Amino acid sequence: MSSSLAVEHHNETPPTQKRNKRQVATLPLVAPSVIALLLWMIVPLVMTVWFSFQRYNLLNPGARKFIGIENFTFILSDPALWNSIGITIILVVSVLAITIGLGTLLAILFDQDFYGQGIARVLAISPFFVMPTVSALVWKNMLMHPVNGLFAQFTRSLGLGAIDWFADFPLLAIIIIVSWEWLPFALLILLTAIQSLDHDQLEAARMDGANALALFRFVMLPHLSRAIAVVAMIETIFFLTIFAEIFVTTGGGPGVATTNLAYYIFLRALLEFDVGGASAGGLIAVILANIAAIFLMRSVARNLDT
Amino acid sequence: MPQKTSRRLLFTLLGWFVACSLFFPIFWMFLTSFKTEVAAVATPPQLFFRPTLENYVAIQDRANYFNYALNSVAVSLGSTILALLLAVPAAYAMAFFPTKRTKSTLLWMLSTRMLPPVGVLVPIYILCRNARLLDTRIGLIIIYTLINLPIVVWMIYSFFKDVPKDILEADRMDGANTRQELIHVLLPLALPGIASTALLSIILSWNEAFWSLNLTTANAAPLTAFIASFSSPQGLFWAKLSAASTLAIAPILIFGWLSQRQLVRGLTFGAVK
Repeated sequence: MSSSLAVEHHNETPPTQKRNKRQVATLPLVAPSVIALLLWMIVPLVMTVWFSFQRYNLLNPGARKFIGIENFTFILSDPALWNSIGITIILVVSVLAITIGLGTLLAILFDQDFYGQGIARVLAISPFFVMPTVSALVWKNMLMHPVNGLFAQFTRSLGLGAIDWFADFPLLAIIIIVSWEWLPFALLILLTAIQSLDHDQLEAARMDGANALALFRFVMLPHLSRAIAVVAMIETIFFLTIFAEIFVTTGGGPGVATTNLAYYIFLRALLEFDVGGASAGGLIAVILANIAAIFLMRSVARNLDT
Repeated sequence: MPQKTSRRLLFTLLGWFVACSLFFPIFWMFLTSFKTEVAAVATPPQLFFRPTLENYVAIQDRANYFNYALNSVAVSLGSTILALLLAVPAAYAMAFFPTKRTKSTLLWMLSTRMLPPVGVLVPIYILCRNARLLDTRIGLIIIYTLINLPIVVWMIYSFFKDVPKDILEADRMDGANTRQELIHVLLPLALPGIASTALLSIILSWNEAFWSLNLTTANAAPLTAFIASFSSPQGLFWAKLSAASTLAIAPILIFGWLSQRQLVRGLTFGAVK
């Protein structure tokens, strides 16, 4: 990589003038995307801020008026909000750990040469292509159902009782479903990352007497770090707003056991028609997402220089 | 040599066990879609049974599957094409003519993707209502384009970064202008990457289930909404639900399988140097 950089510098120095002219001409190329995203981000956000300072209920739109920070004081003193923030964090962290941890192991497994590897890989990555509403309904009705679900029938046939997943371990059930959906994604990216690893390098390290663990720790893991960062980034974006899986299976319950921040705001907006309160909650969600984003962006930005 | 063979057998066993476990829920759903409603909830679960197509017929009676499928196709393709048209020039400019602001622009674009959709649900709903875009394909296409644009720009940017600079430099020395460079040199080189980016965008749009549920009712509702209409708690029509689900995921699953190799390559080029 350093050698190609050196070549680039060498070649780029002479035609400075030409380069500058091109640089100006490329600005209109970036503008449409930037403007579109700027509008997409700012217009709704400004409206959300505007609504958050108002008493505004869709069931009674005539009573709409400016009430300052009342929506925020109300929402911030609501224990359900803090509970939902906690659940959001648990969901994101645990599914990230499961998909990246297992994904790395499975990627190493699928990197090995074995019979029918191509077909096995196709089967393994299939869950990524299934829409979340379908995944959630299949798991809820056919696998985790306490009476007719396969898991219950299996444990009962062993003489053990059946687990009522969505009553007793609702959050764990959601974590399992989302992990099943996203493990293939991590596997897919990490597998190809491993395959791009220079196998001569591995062989050389093995010749030098490195054991499997040392190979993994000092050769494979550093090579995978960039891929892992990208997987974590993309997954976090999606996990912060897990919605369909909860909507279809538990509806946020029992009680508030699986109400994450996204679902909390949804309940406020569409079940209570409380536009002001939902907007205040929405702003809190935006702020939290930004905190997560900053940490993530930093690790990504470090990789961006190359 | 025998050690190598037994090693290979062990990995075959392990690999297939993992693959079958991960695929099992889909397989079971597929199987259930050919059972009668009674057989679908039988104890013990039936692996062998007389297959029936009655569920697929029943779905046609209940809802026009092809209308939903057409909506899914139109919305996924439309938003993907629109996103590519916006993203390719932007990614080209940022990859080959970076300025001081390029890095922060890229990161800012990605940060717009982190905006929680529920946070702007009410404003978007009201805006769409005022623009008469509720329950229209155009409305969904615009929103999906904007949702996927950061990821599409990001991926194509990383593909462009992988194009060997020497080739472009040589071409420039020969006096090629920017447009020639873009069309004749860069696009053929980056085409596999752009194709896998398009594929990812189609898959994400096809499976999007937040805005489609909240912004459409009947006319423009895609397959995600079609499935949701089967998820009502009263009555457990598992066989029909399975048939509906199989129909909803079949096109994208086959699509994903066929272009799997390209998708793998595409996602990884974006992630790994």
